[in-house]
Amino acid sequence: MTAQPKLKPIPGFDPLTARKDFEILVRRVYGKPLAYLDNAASAQKPRPVLDAMYDFASGEYANVHRGVHYLSAVATERYEAARETVRRFLNAAHADEIVFTKGGTEAINLVAHSYLAPRIQPGDEIVLSVMEHHSNIVPWHFLRERYGAVLRWIDVNDDGSLDAGAVDAAIGPKTKLVSIAHMSNVLGTITPLKEIVARAHAKGVPVLADGCQGAVHLAVDVRDLNVDFYVLTGHKLYGPTGIGALYGKRAPLKSMRPFNGGGEMIREVTRDLVTYADPPARFEAGTPPIIEAVGLAAAIDYLGTLDRAAIAAHESDLLAHATEQVKELNWVRVIGEAKDKGSILSFETDGIHAHDVATILDREGVAVRAGHHCAQPLMERFGAASTTRASFALYNTREEVDVFVAALRKARSILT
Amino acid sequence: MDQGLRELYQEVILDHSRHPRHFGALEDATHTGEGYNPLCGDRVKIYLALDAENRIRDIAFEGKGCAISQASASMMTDMLVGRTAKEAERLMGGFLHLVKGEDPNGLAEQDRERLEVMGGISEFPMRVKCATLAWHTMKSALEGGAAAKTE
Repeated sequence: MTAQPKLKPIPGFDPLTARKDFEILVRRVYGKPLAYLDNAASAQKPRPVLDAMYDFASGEYANVHRGVHYLSAVATERYEAARETVRRFLNAAHADEIVFTKGGTEAINLVAHSYLAPRIQPGDEIVLSVMEHHSNIVPWHFLRERYGAVLRWIDVNDDGSLDAGAVDAAIGPKTKLVSIAHMSNVLGTITPLKEIVARAHAKGVPVLADGCQGAVHLAVDVRDLNVDFYVLTGHKLYGPTGIGALYGKRAPLKSMRPFNGGGEMIREVTRDLVTYADPPARFEAGTPPIIEAVGLAAAIDYLGTLDRAAIAAHESDLLAHATEQVKELNWVRVIGEAKDKGSILSFETDGIHAHDVATILDREGVAVRAGHHCAQPLMERFGAASTTRASFALYNTREEVDVFVAALRKARSILT
Repeated sequence: MDQGLRELYQEVILDHSRHPRHFGALEDATHTGEGYNPLCGDRVKIYLALDAENRIRDIAFEGKGCAISQASASMMTDMLVGRTAKEAERLMGGFLHLVKGEDPNGLAEQDRERLEVMGGISEFPMRVKCATLAWHTMKSALEGGAAAKTE
């Protein structure tokens, strides 16, 4: 159940045509053609996104909400239209359920500070999965340190999959929130979010889903998922940095205390007291990332012109092609082989450190990530100090996968 | 092979990383230090046994890391045996210059020649921390201070 796209997508998908929208992909590094396989860290930006930001900034820009003048009205309209675009993308019921943030991290911190912190008594529990990104761990550690919250961890299976039933076991009478990734940034695992939400709700526990990866690769319908909070970030979604969004159902959002204090988020300020605006303004203190919001909307519109199901099939094909070849190498251990998995391939290399692999791949023009991927509890779970991660986007090709695998073989021959 | 890579992964470095010298714990260590690189999760532990004249009688290291960090630790331990704490720190100063592509002035010719094999790393700024972790950890062991970090 996808949200209704604004523009009618063209059926099918041709990555070579799409590549032309991403000018950076034709550049070379160290004299080699770039194979950009670090998309789970951040995706490249298509021309329509950059154009939209340029056109807005050069033709319609002013500060939003406060001004009476023409440009302020236009900019406000564009900013609020971007909110509506995000609402539609997530199929939220109301635009006021979309809060713009500077990214996924800020969105989760906002929920931790404004929603959960006031509800925490010492000993209350927060349930997380062991494959969370640090951005969905550290804000909850804050609540542990400051208010005595207890973190309860859901393990994953050896293949990286996560059973919805494990959520039942982790939830106790003191659980105040389940906070879990929609898709793992290391394993690629897609969690059974809808079932997790149903099970948590059956015990009266709300759920936050970290969709920083999920929103890129999956059709998200927050009403179908019935999730209480959903977090996304712009820069992984082919949009700009500095913008993300928090979806929250009206009732919890309305109950939340402010986050940052400043302009825009107030109803009235006197010398003695202050009253606050309704959501989403309550959580958007200061001048928001206006140009970036326009860019995010353009990225969503760009995806709307494409056949997302066909993109998903293309990305699955890249993942399968890469996995198949990498598994032929008996010195590689793939980490994360869940049946339900997005286009992320993490692996350990026998006797070779991931940073050495990444350095050699880099000189072949292949950009991958090496390290703990901001998921140290997960690395510990799999007994890996660090892994190499290749992550695929809509514009990657089978040829790039082949270059990556050849470079990997070369790394092995240099280092052993 | 790419010239930069050839210089980074010279045979001497690969040999040290595959067969690290002085690898393991030191039973009679007088000083120990632990280093951690939060960027990559690499850890190293340095053991030093100093004699009455503050001279490094024995040294060892344990840890997990990339070829560069392991080779650097191994070469460092090789070079430090028999030196005073002060000499060790002077050597470290020269090494830090060298891996940044700067002139390691003040290094004895013989030391410079041995360390120069690590000079290729200056072309790989993202990897300099890998090479310096063991040295920083050695220094913090000598100082008996907090864990070394290269960030």
